[in-house]
Amino acid sequence: MTSCHVFEDPIKKVAIFGGTHGNELTGVFLVKHWLENGAEIQRTGIEVKPFITNPRAVKNCTRYIDCDLNRVFDPENLGKKMSEDLPYEVRRAQEINHLFGPKDSEDSCDVIFDLHNTTSNMGCTLILEDSRNDFLIQMFHYIQTSLAPLPCYVYLIDHPSLKYATTRSIAKYPVGIEVGPQPQGILRADILNQMRKIIKHALDFIYNFNKGKEFPPCTIEVYKIMEKVDYPRNENGEITAIIHPDLQDQDWKPLHPGDPVFITLDGETIPLGGDWTVYPVFINEAAYYEKKEAFAKTTKLTLTAKRLCSSLH
Amino acid sequence: MCSLPVPREPLRRVAVTGGTHGNEMSGVCLAQHWLRAPGELQRPSFSAMPVLANPAATAACRRYMDRDLNRTFTNTFLTARAHPDDPYEVTRARELNQLLGPMASGGAFDFVLDLHNTTANMGTCLIVDTAHNVFAMHLYRHLQMLSPELPCRVILYKLPKEESGSLNSVAKNGMALELGPQPQGVLRADLFTRMRALVAAALDFIQLFNQGTAFPAFEMEAYRVLRGMDFPRTEAGDLAGTVHPQLQDRDFEPLRPGAPIFQMFSGEDVLYEGESTVYPVFINEAGYYDKGIAFLQTEKLTFSVPALSMLAPAPTPGP
Repeated sequence: MTSCHVFEDPIKKVAIFGGTHGNELTGVFLVKHWLENGAEIQRTGIEVKPFITNPRAVKNCTRYIDCDLNRVFDPENLGKKMSEDLPYEVRRAQEINHLFGPKDSEDSCDVIFDLHNTTSNMGCTLILEDSRNDFLIQMFHYIQTSLAPLPCYVYLIDHPSLKYATTRSIAKYPVGIEVGPQPQGILRADILNQMRKIIKHALDFIYNFNKGKEFPPCTIEVYKIMEKVDYPRNENGEITAIIHPDLQDQDWKPLHPGDPVFITLDGETIPLGGDWTVYPVFINEAAYYEKKEAFAKTTKLTLTAKRLCSSLH
Repeated sequence: MCSLPVPREPLRRVAVTGGTHGNEMSGVCLAQHWLRAPGELQRPSFSAMPVLANPAATAACRRYMDRDLNRTFTNTFLTARAHPDDPYEVTRARELNQLLGPMASGGAFDFVLDLHNTTANMGTCLIVDTAHNVFAMHLYRHLQMLSPELPCRVILYKLPKEESGSLNSVAKNGMALELGPQPQGVLRADLFTRMRALVAAALDFIQLFNQGTAFPAFEMEAYRVLRGMDFPRTEAGDLAGTVHPQLQDRDFEPLRPGAPIFQMFSGEDVLYEGESTVYPVFINEAGYYDKGIAFLQTEKLTFSVPALSMLAPAPTPGP
């Protein structure tokens, strides 16, 4: 029954971004390697471009120079008049939008994979921006199936106030790839090998799709962001409690009301309030101290995608 | 063996320093906490002074601003004439030398314990210049006996004929306490609690020494640093590979000739080509990438440590 089908145009332009955060080294070095020797990421009929998005932050091995590049791809920042007074990352965002966008236009890149690391124990994570994107749900299902038994989680950031303007959002199909735990400024071989596999399977999916392979309807489990939780702080803004040892490294696992969340420097345990079980993610991510996020609460949902095939076949 | 002089007097001027590297959060957070509430650092015979060693790097959550503070306590930096263009850490090293030193003088602090974290899987370690530091070895023994289930290891870090440049070298005696693994910029409750307990135990040991407790001789093992080993690099100097999965997280375990040490981005393995077994430490430490160090090679030594007591008569020097 054709009404169940989603027909999409073949994918022509794909970009792989590394170094959006300059101290998340897996993407930085995979992209640098592929710029030198890209055989591994080439697929017939598809233009795949590896690209370092924040070269100055990469050089300094910091997350960013002036502001977080992965938060400034909103119409306001992309529309600002170019000037030397703009923060480096806003200028850079406009350049990237020019090269791979423009955002929300016919000319924009079809798929952008943006490679990230986290200090949280999140394993392999795919970040989905829109819960109705059948093409990406099918892709994520394909990646999960290919990686099994290695778990691969899907984090959905579709939320009226918590969604942020990502670097990859200039593509028709934006894919965030987040692999952890890895400290900032180091490169672990195990994490690198996992991220490399995700990219391989993702490109294979696109290649198969372009060739006319049909993907039957599928469902995936996703963790949808509900709320960000800050550390307890004193009147000067200093942290007065840290992630409880029982919560540390327990990303994706159910956290029930009354379970320990923080422990104060005086040894007092602060439990989870509310009436709902939540699934915490980004627990104790180094870069989120300044964003006032000790972890994010998510809820578990199931998303369904219709049968998918390329419109050329 | 030319032992460091064992203290003849109680150690009254003691400091605990955190934030020497501004993104090693256990020490940063403890120092900040003790500056607000120093009671935990008091003992009957002394009160240890908390110091936030590199406040600018701490505020920026970076290892350092201009250069590594923990390599800046050298005679050259400390005695050169001050200049407005001096790197921040050179100025700060001089301030700390005034506060806790002056280095190699009678006015220096008796003991400095400097708190660090590493991204390497090193558990608990004490970093001491040489095995001749009898007081430090007894402090190690005390910490190890308090929690025998958790290994505590000693690294002898000073290379021959090299100035250490470490912060604790401004005091008459001292050491660094290194806990890992912990990412830079992250505070883990398990390591925080552990470091806090270790500092308390170290201060308890000084108290015991000060009140005249005698500590018997014993045998111990330590890991002496031989040399650093850099990552494989491209012609342009970029990384061409990273620490091999079989070496990652295996700090203090024997590395034998022929074992893989690096995995190249192109896929092949690089093997260890040394002639003898070494014990790698600081494997994949974030703070060492810009020093060109993927890990340090050490050798394992066994040696005996003489008894320690403040009241024991000094060994009589030869006539």
